[in-house]
Amino acid sequence: MHELPQQLANGLILGALYGLVAIGYTMVYGIVQLINFAHGEIFMVGGFGALTAFLALPGGTSLWIAIPLMLLAGILVSTLVAVGAERFAYRPLRGAPRLAPLITAIGLSIVLQQLVFSFYPDAKKARVFPKIPGDPFELAGITIQRSDIFLIIAAPLCMMILGWFVAKTRSGRAMQATSQDPDTAKLMGIDTDRIIVMAFAIGAAFAAVAAVAYGLRTGQVDSRMGILLGLKAFTAAVLGGIGNIYGAMLGGLALGLTEGLATGYIQHVPGMDLFGGAAWKDVWAFVLLIVVLLVRPQGLLGERVADRA
Amino acid sequence: MTALLEVKDLRVAYGKIEAVKGISFTVNQGEVTTLIGTNGAGKTTTLRTLSGLLKPTGGTVTFDGQPLGTVPAHKIVSLGLAHSPEGRHIFPRMTIEENLLLGAFLRKDTAGIAEDVERAYTLFPILGERRKQAAGTLSGGEQQMLAMGRALMSRPKLLMLDEPSMGLSPLMMQKIMATIVELKAAGTTILLVEQNAQAALSLSDQGYVMETGRIVLTGTGRDLLGNDSVRKAYLGED
Ligand SMILES: Nc1ncnc2c1ncn2[C@@H]1O[C@H](COP(=O)(O)OP(=O)(O)O)[C@@H](O)[C@H]1O
Ligand SMILES: [Mg+2]
Repeated sequence: MHELPQQLANGLILGALYGLVAIGYTMVYGIVQLINFAHGEIFMVGGFGALTAFLALPGGTSLWIAIPLMLLAGILVSTLVAVGAERFAYRPLRGAPRLAPLITAIGLSIVLQQLVFSFYPDAKKARVFPKIPGDPFELAGITIQRSDIFLIIAAPLCMMILGWFVAKTRSGRAMQATSQDPDTAKLMGIDTDRIIVMAFAIGAAFAAVAAVAYGLRTGQVDSRMGILLGLKAFTAAVLGGIGNIYGAMLGGLALGLTEGLATGYIQHVPGMDLFGGAAWKDVWAFVLLIVVLLVRPQGLLGERVADRA
Repeated sequence: MTALLEVKDLRVAYGKIEAVKGISFTVNQGEVTTLIGTNGAGKTTTLRTLSGLLKPTGGTVTFDGQPLGTVPAHKIVSLGLAHSPEGRHIFPRMTIEENLLLGAFLRKDTAGIAEDVERAYTLFPILGERRKQAAGTLSGGEQQMLAMGRALMSRPKLLMLDEPSMGLSPLMMQKIMATIVELKAAGTTILLVEQNAQAALSLSDQGYVMETGRIVLTGTGRDLLGNDSVRKAYLGED
């Protein structure tokens, strides 16, 4: 149970999941300095979007066909919800005191959970999500569930595409400019409203990929799955340095590793047996956050934020 | 002399406080026009309104025959109005070259853009030497050069410069002023905002003096330089 390579692998896989969701917090914050606390629910509705596609497919559809369609549906639902939230809930509050969008986000979370109930009245209970069938892979003594293969491929792929997009494309450079100085970006001819929508949309798409990964991994989705995961992903974003996309993934991985190692090892430390095991793993994630922020308030890869007006 | 920019009775307020209280002025094609005035007079507010970053509460702005009334900020540059803002506002974590290219964000003519980047490097050789360096690492004067070069990248009909000499060493200030003369000689129309009245007025065709949101004095650069009240208030003479 406490072999190191296995714990590391588990931690990294979990961390990649946090990292994908953390991207959404960090991108939106980087552009509009808004913490979209409804992002956990954006993740959750992506899971239900994918579930809807799965249920609509005839039984026995090959997962090779089902997963791409589920992914597409999840991305569609998450993105539409996020873009709608930006347009109708957050945009009217731009320039309002910081507390207003925060409360809006909380309200939005409740609305989204409720909305899922209207489609799936039993959504509080776990809804069965497909798993990739077959025995786990064994690799150099590490066991990897088949369903996790999706995440192992998707997470680095998503990060590579995003990195390329931000650094190399015209829209990506406009996004960087908007995040560094929005008014001056407008002077360059950049439609910053469009860039903000884009940040919400990209974050939502990543959350939907994470939701499919989560569903495959756990074999279920439920209306509350975004609450703790959203909080962890937000923690990951802060840990990595909010506003920095690579920081978000790094923060996610660091958090996942901490959880994995804490779960596996802390109970074996003399006198710490009470604090080990799965029940305490969420606590260790936040202990890590507090320790990092004490030493490096801007997060692992964060820039100083003092000059933000 | 055709007016490229015509501002009539412009009013701008921050909440209930009016910062620009009905000003009118024109900028003629091919000329350098200067707004001078003490800190807080409303010069920056005026330029930010012309660029669409602030919404006027009254008055009209006509640029190149077109009313700017409701044009959003990101559409202004495509009309030919470029703005080098007060405090430079370069994009600190992007390279010098990326900053320049953002100045040409809406242009599609790749060859022309490359040509203009080279032109900016000729105008300011130090920028060329450091083209791959993050703009935030430049000195204040170099950042000012970058901000000007970036504004020129849109090939503007009118270049607005907000306090380009602010916080610069005398040597750097001379360099910036010389560049303005050079740009004017090349036919660029410039609207210059300056606290350094001596330098600004001596290279201006037309000048306006602003005080607490109003234009209190108008004349050619030479007239204003010779004006007693200007000499007292802005050139530190008595
Ligand atoms: N963002 C703002 N909010 C409120 N008042 C402002 C703001 N910016 C400028 N002001 C006020 O508007 C007036 C004009 O300022 P400004 O246009 O910056 O003057 P100048 O550029 O001539 O120094 C000043 O009284 C200033 O305090
Ligand atoms: Mg000013």
